[in-house]
Amino acid sequence: MITLSHFIVLGAVLFCIALASLFINRKNVIVLLMSIELMLLAVNINFVAFSRFLGDAAGQVFVFFILTVAAAETAIGLAILVLLFRNRSTINVAEIDSMKG
Amino acid sequence: MPNFNDILILLPELYLVAAACLLLLLDAFMKAEQRPLLHWLSIAVLLVGIYLVVEGQPSQAVTAFNGMFVRDGVAEILKVFALLTTVLVFIYAKPYLMDRKLFVGEFYTLTIFAVIGIMLLVSAGNLIMVYLGLELLTLSSYALVALNRDSRLSSEAAIKYFVLGALASGMLLYGMSMVYGATGTLDLAHLHVAATQTSMPHLLVFGLIFMIVGIGFKLGAAPFHMWIPDVYQGSPTAVTIFIGSAPKLAAFGMAYRLLASGLGDLAYDWQLMLACLAVLSLAIGNIVAIVQSNLKRLLAYSTISHMGYLLLGLVNAGPEGYASALFYAISYALTGAAAFGLILALARAGFECEEIDDLKGLNQRSPWAAFLMMLVMFSLAGVPPLFGFFGKLMVFQAAIHAGFLWLAIVGAVFAIIGLYYYLRVVKVMYFDKPVEGTEIRLQGDVSVRVVLSLNVRALLVLGIGWGPLFSWCQRVFVG
Repeated sequence: MITLSHFIVLGAVLFCIALASLFINRKNVIVLLMSIELMLLAVNINFVAFSRFLGDAAGQVFVFFILTVAAAETAIGLAILVLLFRNRSTINVAEIDSMKG
Repeated sequence: MPNFNDILILLPELYLVAAACLLLLLDAFMKAEQRPLLHWLSIAVLLVGIYLVVEGQPSQAVTAFNGMFVRDGVAEILKVFALLTTVLVFIYAKPYLMDRKLFVGEFYTLTIFAVIGIMLLVSAGNLIMVYLGLELLTLSSYALVALNRDSRLSSEAAIKYFVLGALASGMLLYGMSMVYGATGTLDLAHLHVAATQTSMPHLLVFGLIFMIVGIGFKLGAAPFHMWIPDVYQGSPTAVTIFIGSAPKLAAFGMAYRLLASGLGDLAYDWQLMLACLAVLSLAIGNIVAIVQSNLKRLLAYSTISHMGYLLLGLVNAGPEGYASALFYAISYALTGAAAFGLILALARAGFECEEIDDLKGLNQRSPWAAFLMMLVMFSLAGVPPLFGFFGKLMVFQAAIHAGFLWLAIVGAVFAIIGLYYYLRVVKVMYFDKPVEGTEIRLQGDVSVRVVLSLNVRALLVLGIGWGPLFSWCQRVFVG
C-alpha cells in the first residue's frame, strides 16, 4: 500500500539530491540548471501527492503554473549561459570568480 | 465566474501590461534617434499607473478573482512608491544608458514588467499569486542584469543571480507545498484560519522554515545574502539602481502577505527566526562594508544591513511593527534610488565612478554633488533629521514594544559601526585632494539634476515632516 508519506519521502529525497548537487558541483553550470529543475519537480511531487490525498484540486493547478514558469526560467538560464560562454569561453563553475569580498 | 467588477479592481495592472506590450511594439518600429520619445512615454505610462492606483482605490479592502487578488491599503501604498521609484530610476538611468550604447527599449519594457510583478506580488491573496508575481519580478531582473551583453562582470553577475534566485524560489515552493499539505488550502485568508486547526503542526512549521529561507533570499538578509554584492557590482549601475530600490518594497510586501496575512497565528514561531536573520544581517552587512573599496559593493553591504533593520520591524508581528517596517522600506527605496542616482549622474562614458577613491575631492570639483551625496550618506547612516533616522527610530521602537530590547540594542550598536563607512565616503569627498588629471562632476541633462535635487530634498523634508507618511503607514494596517 502506497501512502502519502511515501510520496513525501520521495519528494524530500529528490529535493535533497538537487540541493546537494547545487552545492557540490564545481564543474558545469548546466548541471546547476538540471538541479534547479529537479528541485522544482520534487516540489511538484509534493503538491500532487497532497492534492490527491486531501481531495483538493488546487495543488494540481499550482503544479501547472510551476511547470510553465520553470520552462520560462530555464529559457532565461540557458540564454544567460550562452552569454557567459561567449564572454568567458568557459562554463566551469570554479572559474566564475572575478568578483569576491 | 469573473465579472466586470473584478477587472476594474485589477485595472492598474491590466493597464500596465497593455502599455508595456505597446511600448515593446513601438520600440520595434522606432528608429534609434527617436528613442528618447520611448523614454518619456515610459515615464508617462508609470505616472498614469500611479494615478490609476490612487484614483480607483476602494475605501475598504476588496478581493477579485475568488480571493486571488487583494486590493487594500497596504497594496496601494507599496504600489505607489514602487511606481514612483521606478520613475526616478528611468530618469536617472537615461544618460548612463546613452553613454554606453545600452539605451534600448528592452530596458524600459523589462523594468515595467518587473514593476507589474511587484504590483501582483504585493496584492497577492493566494500562494499561486505570490509565486507568479515573484517570478515575473525575478525573471525580468535576471534579464536586466545581463543587459550589458559584452561585459564579463555583467554575465557573471547574471548567472550567480539566476542560480541563487532559482534556488530561493525552489525553497519557497517547497515550503509552500508543506504548508499546503498541512492546511489543505492555498488561499492566504483561509490559510490564516486553517493554520490554527491543522492536525499536522510540525509539517506546517517545517514549511514555514523553508518559506522564511525563501523570503530571506529575496530580501537579501544574511545568511542568504551571497548574491547581493556580486549582483550590485556586476550589473550596469542603471540596473543596480532598480534592483536596489523598488524590489525592496516587494520583498516587504511578500513577507507581509506570507507571514502576517497567511501565517500570522504562527508569529511566535517566526518572530525568533526573523530576529536571528536580523542580527546576522546587521552584523555581516555593517562589518563587511567597512573593508569595501568599491562604492556599489559598499552600498550592497549597506543594503544587507538595512534589510536587518527592516526585519526588526517585522519581528514585532503587530500593526505597529508592520507600519514601521513599511516606513523603513519606503525610506530605504527612496534613499537607495538617490544614492545610486548620484553615482549614475557622476559617471560618464568610459568612467564608472564605482570606486570610493573616484570621489576624491568631489567637493572642490562639484560642491553641489558632494553636498547631495553627503545628505544621502547621512540618511543611510540614520543621522537626524533625515528620513533614514526616523525609519530606524520607528523599527527600534517596534522591536522594544514587542519585548525584543536586546535586538534594538544590537541594532543601535551596529548603526554606530555603520556610521564609520558612510562617514568615510564623506571624508573622501570633502577632505581628500582630487587626483590630478581627472575630472568629476555632475553629468546628465536638466531633468536628472532637477529630479536628483528633488529626491534628496524629499529625504530632508520627509525626515523633518515624517508625520503624514508615517500615519499613512499606520492607517493601512488598522482595520
